[in-house]
Amino acid sequence: MGLHTVTFRNKPCILSTGTIAGPKESQGIVGKYVDCPLRDDTFGEDTYEKAECKMLSYAISKAIEKSGFGRDNIDLMVSGDLLNQIISASFAARDFNFPFVGVYGACSTMAEAFALAACLIDAGYMKRIVAATGSHFSSAERQYRFPLEQGTTRPPQSQWTVTGAGGAVVADRGSDICITSATFGKVVDFGVTDVNNMGAAMAPAACSTILRHLQERKLEPEYYDLIVTGDLGALGSRIVKDLTWEKGVDISRNHIDCGEIVYKVVEDEFQGGSGAGCSAVVFNSYLYHEMKKGKLNKVLLVATGALLSTVSSGQGESIPCIAHAVSFERMQGVRRRAGKER
Amino acid sequence: MTGRHRENYNRNYLRYVNSFDPPTKHTKNCYRAFMVGGFICCIGQFFRYLLESLLGLSGDELAGTVSVLLIFLGTLLTGLGVYDRIGRNAGAGSIVPITGFANSVASPAMEFKAEGLVYGLAAKMFTVAGPIIVYGVLAGALTGVIYYVLGLCGVV
Amino acid sequence: MFAEYFEIVFMFFKAFAVGGLICTVAQVIINFTDLTAGKILVCFMLSGVALQALGVYQYFVDFAGAGATVPISGFGYLLAKGGIEGAKEGLFAAVTGPLSAASAGITAAVVFSFLVAVLFRARTKYN
Repeated sequence: MGLHTVTFRNKPCILSTGTIAGPKESQGIVGKYVDCPLRDDTFGEDTYEKAECKMLSYAISKAIEKSGFGRDNIDLMVSGDLLNQIISASFAARDFNFPFVGVYGACSTMAEAFALAACLIDAGYMKRIVAATGSHFSSAERQYRFPLEQGTTRPPQSQWTVTGAGGAVVADRGSDICITSATFGKVVDFGVTDVNNMGAAMAPAACSTILRHLQERKLEPEYYDLIVTGDLGALGSRIVKDLTWEKGVDISRNHIDCGEIVYKVVEDEFQGGSGAGCSAVVFNSYLYHEMKKGKLNKVLLVATGALLSTVSSGQGESIPCIAHAVSFERMQGVRRRAGKER
Repeated sequence: MTGRHRENYNRNYLRYVNSFDPPTKHTKNCYRAFMVGGFICCIGQFFRYLLESLLGLSGDELAGTVSVLLIFLGTLLTGLGVYDRIGRNAGAGSIVPITGFANSVASPAMEFKAEGLVYGLAAKMFTVAGPIIVYGVLAGALTGVIYYVLGLCGVV
Repeated sequence: MFAEYFEIVFMFFKAFAVGGLICTVAQVIINFTDLTAGKILVCFMLSGVALQALGVYQYFVDFAGAGATVPISGFGYLLAKGGIEGAKEGLFAAVTGPLSAASAGITAAVVFSFLVAVLFRARTKYN
């Protein structure tokens, strides 16, 4: 259809999801819907990196378990995370004996994984693919910011990395929640250098992807029940509404942000949640549940990611950002039964 | 988009973003920094009197022992997970005193213990506080040399 | 007797005021420039060295006691003082003086940090 938007004719769908969230996240809106609300954020491991890996592994196996298919029927796993060399995802992959594709899109990894999985399934190459990602506050904090015990003040525009992981089994048939299209994002950089102000850095990327998606699919924003951005936070959400409004598209009525809603009391975490786990947990638990119940029919997930590293920000570079959009639609009346192997 | 145009756009965007910035609470921050900083210094003063009257220390020995005690307190509170909570509210009030220095040595050491005792704990111990030692020794040695040269010239 | 107590209380007050003021200056700098903790510490330590090299910081120390020695600028003061005193003995002592003056602090930081790191583990912040 458009230049950067892929529409899926064969309607790949989401069979099942698996999610796990840390103690702080579980107190929020997702607490009721996640498969495993953790009380201890180390998950019984001795380092936070191992905990993150175990959480991701848990989310993947839970998603597979709930799909009704055995592990042998999964063709591929598309996953990534925030840590250097995406160790959580690749280490989680060694627990499973299906092929693994590692992707990195910072906090946009969930949408990226969904888009790639849907492409592979729509083309008919594969039947069932697991898309998953996760993040952990403590491991991200140590990699990107300061040691945990160091007494530093958080600036008011900062966000809080979500501890959690989410995964979904994308299949060729078997569910009524279909992935209908995906728009791959361009890297956008408006020159924001403040590493604490991710929302402002990522908002232009989200805006660019949303506008392109709507334009290329020739849709009005009202077509979607919800346009969900990944982790812009309270500040970033305001900016993205302004930016799209400036271009003549009004998304203020149906826009929410995963980072903004994930925590119970936003004030303590300042602008809200961030991290790859943010959109993964919120979409795969709360939003998927609402779609399943029929409260939401058409959802556009625009996960945003800030593609920076401590090296680049140390060298004074600004923050390039990306956003991938994936649209999910509930196909009423065409509920297809889960087919066994043909 | 040409470079110049893009630059203009960026500047406009940054100005627009800055207009959204939540206002920094100057008075509140400064008040907290003052109170906590002052309190830590009072603890130092208390140790001074204590050591002076109990052990009869004086001069450099006294000052050194007071810093050692404060550094001990700083690292202990870091280990117990209290110092980061103080620091979250106190800002500079807990960074600038010597206990903040102790905190910035102890926190990476604890954090990177997982990577081993040599390349983790020991190697990363001075990631935050290392610059203080580096520039401190540089500046101190420079001062010494300058005073030595001035002394040779008969100025001081 | 009363005067003695008053002097002690007044000393505490001076330490509080001077120490608090130094921290407030740092806080103002943080508010306006977003400097991180490491940079603030280096700046204040260097200003302590500079002030003592000019012979000013000693007055603060005499006036406020711990109020001037406890902030990191007091560490700079110690380094500079070591250098200046060493310079009277010769070039070698001028170069080694700073670090020997500060050796107590650095040794304490290393030893206690090591012990603490071995005994405790880093915990997640909850907010």
